[in-house]
Amino acid sequence: MELTQASYAAPLPLFKRIGLFDWLFTAVLAAGALFALSRYGSFMDGYEKAILVCAVPAIGWLGWFFKPVRTLLLVVAALTLTGISVYGGTLAGGEQKFLLKYFLASQSAIVWMSALIFFATASYWFGLLARSEFAARSGSALTWIAITMGLVGLMVRWYESYLISPDIGHIPVSNLYEVFVLFCLITSLMYLHYERRYETRGLGAFVMLVVSAAVGFLLWYTFERGAHEIQPLVPALQSWWMKIHVPANFIGYGAFSLAAMVGFATLLKSHHENPTRQNLIGVWGAGFALAAALALEAVVFRKSGASPYWAGYFAVMFAIFAGVVMARARIAAQLPALAVLDDLMYRAIAIGFAFFTVATILGALWAAEAWGSYWSWDPKETWALIVWLNYAAWLHMRLIGGVRGVMLAWWSLAGLLITTFAFLGVNIFLSGLHSYGTL
Amino acid sequence: MTSSSADHATTAHGATPRGAAARHVIELLSSMRFAISLLTFLAIASVIGTILKQNEPYNNYLNQFGQFWFAVFETLSLYAVYNAWWFMLILTFLVTSTSLCVYRNAPKMIAQMRTFKEQMREQSFAAFAHHAEFRFAAADGVVAGGDAAAARDAVARVDTGLRQAGFSTRHAVSAGGTMVAAKAGSANRLGYIFAHCGIVIICVGGLLDGDVLLRAQMAFGGKETVKGNPLINEIPSQSRLAASNPSFRGNILIPEGGARDFALLTYGDGLLLQELPFKLDLKRFVIEHYDTGAPKLFASDVVVTDKDTGKSFKSRIEVNHPLIHKGIAVYQSSFDDGGTRVKLKGYPMAGERDYTFVVSGEIGSNTVLTPASAEGVADKALTLEFTSFRPFNIERIGSGAPRTEAAAEAATSPSLADKLKQGLGPGTAPGKEKDMRNVGPSVGYKLRDAAGQAREFHNYMLPMFLDGRQVLLAGMRENPNEAFRYLRLPIDINGSLDEFMRLRAAVLDETLRQSASANLARQMLPKDATDTFRKQLIESARRALETFGAQGFQAVAAFIEKGVPEAEREKAADVFVRLLNGATFEAWQLRRERDGLKRMAGDDVTGRFVQDSLNAISDSFFYGAPVYLHLNAFDEVKASVFQLTRSPGKNIVYTGSLLLVLGVFAMLYIRERRAWALVKPDGRVLFAMSALRRGLDDDREFARLRGQLAAQIGQHKDDTSAAASGNSADSIRTVNPASPEKS
Repeated sequence: MELTQASYAAPLPLFKRIGLFDWLFTAVLAAGALFALSRYGSFMDGYEKAILVCAVPAIGWLGWFFKPVRTLLLVVAALTLTGISVYGGTLAGGEQKFLLKYFLASQSAIVWMSALIFFATASYWFGLLARSEFAARSGSALTWIAITMGLVGLMVRWYESYLISPDIGHIPVSNLYEVFVLFCLITSLMYLHYERRYETRGLGAFVMLVVSAAVGFLLWYTFERGAHEIQPLVPALQSWWMKIHVPANFIGYGAFSLAAMVGFATLLKSHHENPTRQNLIGVWGAGFALAAALALEAVVFRKSGASPYWAGYFAVMFAIFAGVVMARARIAAQLPALAVLDDLMYRAIAIGFAFFTVATILGALWAAEAWGSYWSWDPKETWALIVWLNYAAWLHMRLIGGVRGVMLAWWSLAGLLITTFAFLGVNIFLSGLHSYGTL
Repeated sequence: MTSSSADHATTAHGATPRGAAARHVIELLSSMRFAISLLTFLAIASVIGTILKQNEPYNNYLNQFGQFWFAVFETLSLYAVYNAWWFMLILTFLVTSTSLCVYRNAPKMIAQMRTFKEQMREQSFAAFAHHAEFRFAAADGVVAGGDAAAARDAVARVDTGLRQAGFSTRHAVSAGGTMVAAKAGSANRLGYIFAHCGIVIICVGGLLDGDVLLRAQMAFGGKETVKGNPLINEIPSQSRLAASNPSFRGNILIPEGGARDFALLTYGDGLLLQELPFKLDLKRFVIEHYDTGAPKLFASDVVVTDKDTGKSFKSRIEVNHPLIHKGIAVYQSSFDDGGTRVKLKGYPMAGERDYTFVVSGEIGSNTVLTPASAEGVADKALTLEFTSFRPFNIERIGSGAPRTEAAAEAATSPSLADKLKQGLGPGTAPGKEKDMRNVGPSVGYKLRDAAGQAREFHNYMLPMFLDGRQVLLAGMRENPNEAFRYLRLPIDINGSLDEFMRLRAAVLDETLRQSASANLARQMLPKDATDTFRKQLIESARRALETFGAQGFQAVAAFIEKGVPEAEREKAADVFVRLLNGATFEAWQLRRERDGLKRMAGDDVTGRFVQDSLNAISDSFFYGAPVYLHLNAFDEVKASVFQLTRSPGKNIVYTGSLLLVLGVFAMLYIRERRAWALVKPDGRVLFAMSALRRGLDDDREFARLRGQLAAQIGQHKDDTSAAASGNSADSIRTVNPASPEKS
């Protein structure tokens, strides 16, 4: 406890940490929103305008709270605007112009993001295993660039959707493909926040693994299924609710996934500090369970047979987790103290739970408008409730039951299974009103 | 958290055993373990409902599970899990448990929020994980009563420091010194109360909107459902719910131009009629599509007439934009056909006659095809049921036939580099959308025989270009679980079915076979061919027509298999088919001559037409209907399906949700912590901090506050003792061992 304490600078209250750059950033945000309002206001209804206006303080606060976000967003804005101007108002530009085709067009940017996330994961792992501070730093840098490219990809995609046809244009959070990109971005960004706050890069290897798994799915979804194609919105999705419901949900999913990976790290660390046979079995079990959970996506191949892609995906996942467990002593030594892991896991689940609560309620409000009932026991709704109940129980155990450590780590790993099922499994196995993301 | 030992003590002394039992029950119900178990039960029960499709027609379940399991699952209410008594029981327990928890803890918590705990004893300081000691006077300088000003000043500084850190403070003076008790983040406790009340309120609101009120009306109000498919005005009064019914959820289908003032509620396998305080006239149902065929807009233009005031107003109901009138929300739920009038042109699909007839009707209605009405096409009466109409069909049609999966796979196996290149660029997939095409209107009908057996038909109005030919698709299936199988009826150069129908009749016309075969022989053989050979050829051609006319190519195959040795079959089949094609062409031309039409040239085009027609005729032996009904004209009437609800619990649920969100954020993000500083007359300040749920944040805050207070108090006097002035965490943390009080 003493050591961890000493390593933290005691943060000042938010408002005392605000400098000129913060105000400048906020001014740029506000100017952007004003421009959008004056130029495109006539295409928005009152709610959409309200969301735009509220986005300024929300994103502004995020930038103040997590400083690097300011730079990130300014770079993303610059790249996006460059992309848009290079497009020159026709979609064909995306295929013809070099800058777009290989860099800034939505798909190109997202493929860049995918590659960078793999590189970042590899860097973090190298840093962890070779105890190389440089490699770990590279991991963070690559993750930042990956987030930049992914966000540019989504922003340009938003613009492209309007290029296809003004009536098709919509915010890119409407189908499974788009939300997968969003998931990668949110999870990575949350991780970077914790990396900074807890001053440890040891967890990057773990968290980026779950993001890499998502990217693996994303690439398959793109190249095998052509899911990257922008689809128009069916009537039920044509609502401003989508703009807040979906991102709120993915803060939840991202945070829960992050917490599960921290849970895995906790198991490794506890085995390291208390190397009993029981703990060892636990670590192996958790490793394989995680590999299986992350490869759950692969059940999609029930249709196409065991394609080489998924066979490879499985093999890589199991190899990685087996490798992790084998190298546990070396890895665990690099991990932060158990108290820090515990605190981080709690924070991730707390933010995830809070946003998941909001998202579910927003979903209910939207459902009341679109389907005529705020709660229909639709499979997706029901599974959202199950996820919520699971983490409600987790929080009760920690906050009131006083449970800590290995037990909660296990639980948050199990939570990842439930979350993955709610996120993907429902789309694969169950049908219902939420059939927008059918696989 | 609970002071159970105290409770037990009282029971042991005073209360009866019964009271003790009740107390135990209450204790159990409000325990966290019980609550967690309930959450788990609720989660597991919810899973069942997502695996088993809910509220399907009972017949589907019966088919799926069989008689025995159907009955078992029905007893367990698995077809409507979320309304099942046992599910309600779990919810009731959850509400009870949560309410009890709030009831028991809220008063304590509010008391906790108010108190500063300024009575804490000096000895307790050391027991805190976070504690420190400062000095505001030199260790050797005895601070007597005369230096009370210094102590007062220290108190003021401590107070300011704590307030700056966001604490509120209270002072208590005693012999041991001045206690500054501080607290912050008490709203965390409110968060607990809000969140748990929120859950209870949401459940209560949800209960009101469930079918509890409906069940009560059925149990105590004498209401009961009607079974089957009754006419509206035959629904008896005990199955009608008054417009004042506080809570319901129903559906109603209104055709364009129609009006309804009621909704239908399904309950179990029965129905109830819900009267409405207004009338809905559907003027128009609008449906729009994107180029890809995906739906873009569903909207209903309605006129609402209030029954009380008689006033009416126009409104448009869209998905995501319901109409709310008199507390009843009207949602665009789906759409249907509202009785489109269709005119079908009938063509015979059996026998050697070639003629047409017309039959009309509305979708949803029936008519009888008698030998008389359909010009004797059916030897027995058939019931024609008009089942569906679609004004357009967006189908995936490639360059040729609908592509099979394997063909699609084979067509797209580019190299990895090409694939990657395709994946770059904008978020579009060029070439893909070209496959989607609107192939025009279609009609669906059933033909039911006297025994009640029905076949279902699905016919497109417009020809499609498939495999390089214009064909009309005529679909048929024998039961609803199958996909339609389509006949491809060839279209002639005039764009009609007439020539195919003429050819079909000609092939089946026994009287034409001899002369057609003779004509064929004349065409094929040179003038000097022998008579026997000619006769042989004529006989073979006639046999070919006859065999084909019996059962199509199936009969041809059987015929060849029976009469020809295996080695020669392929060749024989080739000759047979050529004869058949030739004879068919001649028979067709004879039929044309009889109808006063010119003979056609025997070129490739007609040759292919004959071949396609023979294929279609061969398949038509399995069509199972004596007629093909072609959609000739239609007058579309759409219908809109609305969902109507009155949900009194909605605002309650929303209020509960708001409380829940506020509560969750308060509980997770407001840290409740307390601090105490005892300013002692001897120049020492004892400092301690506690947090409701200590985390790393509290450790940090303590470190910061300790540094801050040390600095503030230390400035007061030129006291440089390690405990007071040092900024290093370690030196501050340990109380100075050289302190005179300790030694």
